[in-house]
Amino acid sequence: MNEKIIFSKYFKFANIFSILAVIISILFLFFKGLNYGVDFKGGTLLEIRIENKNIQIQDLRSSLQIPELGDVNVKKFGVAGDFLIKFEKNANENEKFITELKNTISKKINSAVNFRRVETVGPKVSSELLKQGITAIALALAAMLFYIWIRFEWQFSLGSIIALIHDVIITLGIFSILSFEVNLSIVAAVLTIVGYSMNDTVVIFDRIRENLLKYSKLKTNEIADISVNETLSRTIITSLTTLLALFSIFILGGEILKGFSFAMILGVIIGTYSSIFVASPVLNYFKVTQKTLLKDEDI
Amino acid sequence: MLSFTKIKVILIYLILFTAIFFASLNLKNNNLIEKKVNLGLDLQGGSYILLEIDTKPLINQKLQSKVISVKKLLNENKINFKNFLITPEKISLTVDKKLHNKLKNLFFKQQDNPVNVFISEYNKFELDLTFSQDKVFIQFSKFGLVSLNNAALKQSIEIIRRRIDDVGTKEPTILQRGDKRILVELPGIDDPERVKELLGKTAQLTFRLVSKDDGFGSEKLILSESNEELTVNKRVVISGDNLVDAQPKFDSQSNQPIVLFTLDRLGAKKFGRITTENVGRRLAIVLDNAVISAPQIREAITGGTGTISGGFSFQESTDLALLLRSGALPAPINIVEERTVGPDLGKDSIDAGVFSLIVGFILVIIFMFFKYRIFGLVSNISLIANLFMMVGILTIIEATLTLPGIAGIILTVGMAVDSNVLIYERIKEELKTEKSIIHAFDTGYNKAKITVIDANVTTLIAAVILFIFGSGPVKGFAVTLGIGITTTLFSAYFIARHLTSVIVLNDKKGKFFKL
Repeated sequence: MNEKIIFSKYFKFANIFSILAVIISILFLFFKGLNYGVDFKGGTLLEIRIENKNIQIQDLRSSLQIPELGDVNVKKFGVAGDFLIKFEKNANENEKFITELKNTISKKINSAVNFRRVETVGPKVSSELLKQGITAIALALAAMLFYIWIRFEWQFSLGSIIALIHDVIITLGIFSILSFEVNLSIVAAVLTIVGYSMNDTVVIFDRIRENLLKYSKLKTNEIADISVNETLSRTIITSLTTLLALFSIFILGGEILKGFSFAMILGVIIGTYSSIFVASPVLNYFKVTQKTLLKDEDI
Repeated sequence: MLSFTKIKVILIYLILFTAIFFASLNLKNNNLIEKKVNLGLDLQGGSYILLEIDTKPLINQKLQSKVISVKKLLNENKINFKNFLITPEKISLTVDKKLHNKLKNLFFKQQDNPVNVFISEYNKFELDLTFSQDKVFIQFSKFGLVSLNNAALKQSIEIIRRRIDDVGTKEPTILQRGDKRILVELPGIDDPERVKELLGKTAQLTFRLVSKDDGFGSEKLILSESNEELTVNKRVVISGDNLVDAQPKFDSQSNQPIVLFTLDRLGAKKFGRITTENVGRRLAIVLDNAVISAPQIREAITGGTGTISGGFSFQESTDLALLLRSGALPAPINIVEERTVGPDLGKDSIDAGVFSLIVGFILVIIFMFFKYRIFGLVSNISLIANLFMMVGILTIIEATLTLPGIAGIILTVGMAVDSNVLIYERIKEELKTEKSIIHAFDTGYNKAKITVIDANVTTLIAAVILFIFGSGPVKGFAVTLGIGITTTLFSAYFIARHLTSVIVLNDKKGKFFKL
């Protein structure tokens, strides 16, 4: 790849775009919030398969007009006859509840019903799970920060962490905008995104550091340009192979993995973008030059 | 970086073939080594149930049981008291201030203390005594509560284990989680609802007389069969503790399902005496505050056996017998989290997961081959080796594979090539300036090393944190991701590098190079 792309030309534009995206995401997260699944909100989730494939979603919905369930949410899930039902009631307050509900539904829609999956999470456990999820993400960010701080200089550490936070906020923001359900597997996805985005950033930072030592007269942005270009084909190839694997899960991996793989796909795209357009410019803002590296080595 | 000693090469492939050997153990049942990757509940179907014990009623009950001995202690030592009151958490009474010290000494006597037990394990007393002017409060100390809680939890686990074993599910897991919770995992159960019913029941059985007048010392309970309201004496004739056995049977006359119970010696004696004295009266059989049945005592029952009939179905009589055999839980138990997956969904998930794994794998292999040709082939061989090693390690540690775990493997496939890509791209750059091909490969591997390690450590950090904080299926994802990173490093830096060196050293003219 001989033709060079002057990425630094777009840094300013990209940064304004990123800041806007982060602000919009935060606004959405603040005002609209996330669509928490039963893992974090508590309640009951049922995945059901109806023998009679002609049953329409409205029929099922009207069969579920049982006041004690609370807010009921029904949606199609994969093939015809498969539905996902969520309601607020904790089904385990009464041990017979699930059996009774199954009979009620099958009587009302006049078809046999198979409960393929039942998940019930009590209010206490769900709030614990949410706390755990947030702690895990925060801890992962802190651990990454620490690792980069040891391996590089603090400016790099800051650059990568800004990129990471940027990725996490925008991913969650998109989840909020699309009202995509957030559950335990999304936390796993976000953590993997953190790992992936970091991975991407580190590769570019490694090269920037190497080039800073190689070229003493160039400006930070020029070094960033050279480095991003040198690593560009790797960035593209790795993103491509990862996306190939992820799309294969998204399309073929079944309904349960859809949310997870969707989050990962978003994360890989945002993470790749942020390594180039967020992490690298930060170094320029902190005026990282050869001197920065040498000074730190003296200490 | 391209030279390998013979020993190193042998070692590398020895490790690889060991891993492949272990991976192959999953293919068919063998009797040699019983190691296998376990399927998570989300893949084989089953129930994950988290139970929490509620010790509050138990604390009250224990405090109540202290009342007599406390009063006795006070009376024996001539400590006058008034306003004796029991609230849910403490006993309060009024005692003359001058006597407070005397009470304190008695209360915290280490030897033969009938009221306040000294817990040697913690070196602390079970109860605490606090004073506020002439008021005295007795309540459980922090350690008293802890030991009460621990004992109740241990006993509950024991009883739950008995109940589950009795139902006969295969390979159940019953574990303590934290200080109030019990995790129950039941792979492949047919009827989770029945098991849940069995787990949730306290199964506190009491035999009590039905009284005619509803005065102090009696309570109104509902007879479940007919919804009749009965006034039942609070005094317990015998309780489930006196039971040694219970079996479901059919009544020889009516052919109705019943439960036949056998009492221990003490219980039999007591039961005999009460039934002799109260012929003609009704005896209520109470389970968890509901009257199962209240038959009339027709004659004295002195044999130590009896039957309970309550219009049961056969299943109900079987379950009741099971509950009675296993004993009552010391404290009520609630299901706080449940995840049940049916076996057909589990199978669908495996099919979809494995299919997407194969497709993802093939796509990546094709891509790499077209991008790097012969070195793409090398990278692909190391990718396959990587996959085998992952499965091999999962087998050796007998890990549990979950649906997110399969996703972790697919993701590793996508990300594993990264190491090789980093290296090959680096070599390509080196080839631009370096004349010696061998030298270019050498420096390429060397320079890329730091980056490869950095890049993988970051993902490893994410995996470790996920493993610590993740629960259930998500943990499975962390495990495969973490193992995947390790095997990726191994396959890129040993297997792929060795294969590359074989090609490069045999082809010094650069016939194959078209990176």
